[in-house]
Amino acid sequence: MSSKVIQAMYIDDDVLMAAVKKVRQENHHIEEVYTPFPVHGLDKAMGLAPTRLAITAFMYGCVGLSVAVTMMYYIMIVDWPQNIGGKPSFSFLENMPAFVPIMFEMTVFFAAHLMVITFYLRSKLWPFKEAENPDPRTTDDHFLMEVSVHGDEEELKALLLETGATEIKVTEKH
Amino acid sequence: MYTFSNRLRLFAIISFVLGAIMVGLSFYYTPANVPEMKAMHAAHDAHGGHGSAAHADASHSDDKTSHHDAHENAHAADKSHGDKAHASDGGHHKSQADIDKHHLQQLQNKPWAAVYVAAFFFMMIALGVLAFYAIQRAAQAGWSPLLFRVMEGIGAYIIPGTIIIIALIVLSFPSLHLNHLFHWMDPELVKEGGEHYDKLTAGKSGWLNTTGFLVRAIIYSTIWIVYSILSRRFSVRQDNSNDNSNFKKNFRLAAVFLVLFLISESMMSWDWIMSFDHHWFSTLFGWYVFASMFVSGITVIALITIYLKSRGYLEYVNDSHLHDLAKFMFGISIFWTYLWFSQFMLIWYSNIPEEVTYFITRIDDYTLPFFGMLGLNLIFPLLILMNSDFKRLNWIIVIAGIVILFGHYLDVFNMVMPATVGAQWSLGLAEVGAILLFLGLFIFVVFTALTKAPLMAKRNPFIEESKHFHY
Repeated sequence: MSSKVIQAMYIDDDVLMAAVKKVRQENHHIEEVYTPFPVHGLDKAMGLAPTRLAITAFMYGCVGLSVAVTMMYYIMIVDWPQNIGGKPSFSFLENMPAFVPIMFEMTVFFAAHLMVITFYLRSKLWPFKEAENPDPRTTDDHFLMEVSVHGDEEELKALLLETGATEIKVTEKH
Repeated sequence: MYTFSNRLRLFAIISFVLGAIMVGLSFYYTPANVPEMKAMHAAHDAHGGHGSAAHADASHSDDKTSHHDAHENAHAADKSHGDKAHASDGGHHKSQADIDKHHLQQLQNKPWAAVYVAAFFFMMIALGVLAFYAIQRAAQAGWSPLLFRVMEGIGAYIIPGTIIIIALIVLSFPSLHLNHLFHWMDPELVKEGGEHYDKLTAGKSGWLNTTGFLVRAIIYSTIWIVYSILSRRFSVRQDNSNDNSNFKKNFRLAAVFLVLFLISESMMSWDWIMSFDHHWFSTLFGWYVFASMFVSGITVIALITIYLKSRGYLEYVNDSHLHDLAKFMFGISIFWTYLWFSQFMLIWYSNIPEEVTYFITRIDDYTLPFFGMLGLNLIFPLLILMNSDFKRLNWIIVIAGIVILFGHYLDVFNMVMPATVGAQWSLGLAEVGAILLFLGLFIFVVFTALTKAPLMAKRNPFIEESKHFHY
């Protein structure tokens, strides 16, 4: 199998959306779409699976809550239950209202930060990462659709031109 | 146009009549004097009593626990009506007769307080909806105009709702000798040099006096009623007009109303709720009551929208509108909890005796409703409405909505009952009857108002956007 791809450039997001739908209808596989800004509904048009990031965030939040509860239970109730200003340190429940602000913040902290890190890992983003952008104009005002070539290359080119592509380039996939 | 279905009308009427009968019976079974009360308790105990722990606490057998009894009573009396003894001369000894009288007053208050709680709960739903409606208007929301007629329909209940509250306030006046709901109204408390003179209450009599109380109640009600009538009028006129002047009028009206609402609502919460515990005060109480009415109101909008949609009336309302309402239910439930916790935790933490009695009575005598409502108002909606897909499912919203509404009924219950009936509370004949009574009235008034105008605001400038709203 050749790893050839066609890169088609568009200058309008509405045209791009229509092109994505058309290309998918013709059963071509869209490798990637590069846009300068989020195009509403593009993921649905491309048939991408919904993100599970929110589910991970919920689980991270539960972890954060457990950490906070365990930490304060051990420190304040088990390890050294001092009388601090008359607060009841006999059991966790009796002193719980004082712990709630920390429990809340830890939940939010874990959910937020671990979710962001998950996002970086899953989308392979880190400092000093080499940019994967095929054309710098796609960060400004152009849209680029990358379609893998299986079978007739000329036919695919014609299809892409028909959908309103302004430029077409055939390259080897890196 | 919506037509009030006969089945729903019948349901409302049956609920109203059944509720009225139950409330009437509970008044009938209220003891008139101390010997009668004791006879009823003796009879009650002979039957073996109920299973509920709170009830068992409250029931009194005459001989073997009389000492414990007196102690319990004195304790309850001291807590629920503040520190009368402390305030006057320190260590005023309560005789058995005093304790019995206090106990009798609590029992006599029970049906009144039940009616008051339910009346306030349904009034507060209508008021919460009016606030939500005004916010949608003032913010020029693009998603909600399809639901404006539903909100206007619910808002129409504010008229009977506030009138009933004012009537209950007038009926509580001590000159009528009907009940002791608002203890501060007792003229004995402010009579200088009298046996029951209460310095704290006397000090507040500039605000807490029956004349001012009634005048303020009328002012708040007038503000809300005038807004509900005018906004409805402009909204209906906009349907058949040639320009948007009525829409603009409604916009300005909403902005003015929101300012007046926040002031009147806050003061209303001091008067109509906080004054039951007239020795206690809390600065964020107005917000707290507001959060409760806001989330209940939004929930009722969602429930009635789902009902009307299922009957085929709201053609353009889609899952996304429900999704938005469910997001509000979720968010405001958390907001309510935030305020509840802020109030509770600040008082618990500093533990100042004059403030903390409020929560001690509630935790001791109302353990289950007090903490149970956290489960209903926070944990359940938090877990079930967090999922984005769930917020688009009718049955999930209906279940969450019913739980939230019951939770906020309990919230009002917890605010009113401890100071009026103390440990004598139950969710029995009077309470269920009062809920049914006002539920019937509420459904009747709201759905009658819904039949008065088309369910879609035709010429609203945002109606097209609202029709195509999707999330």
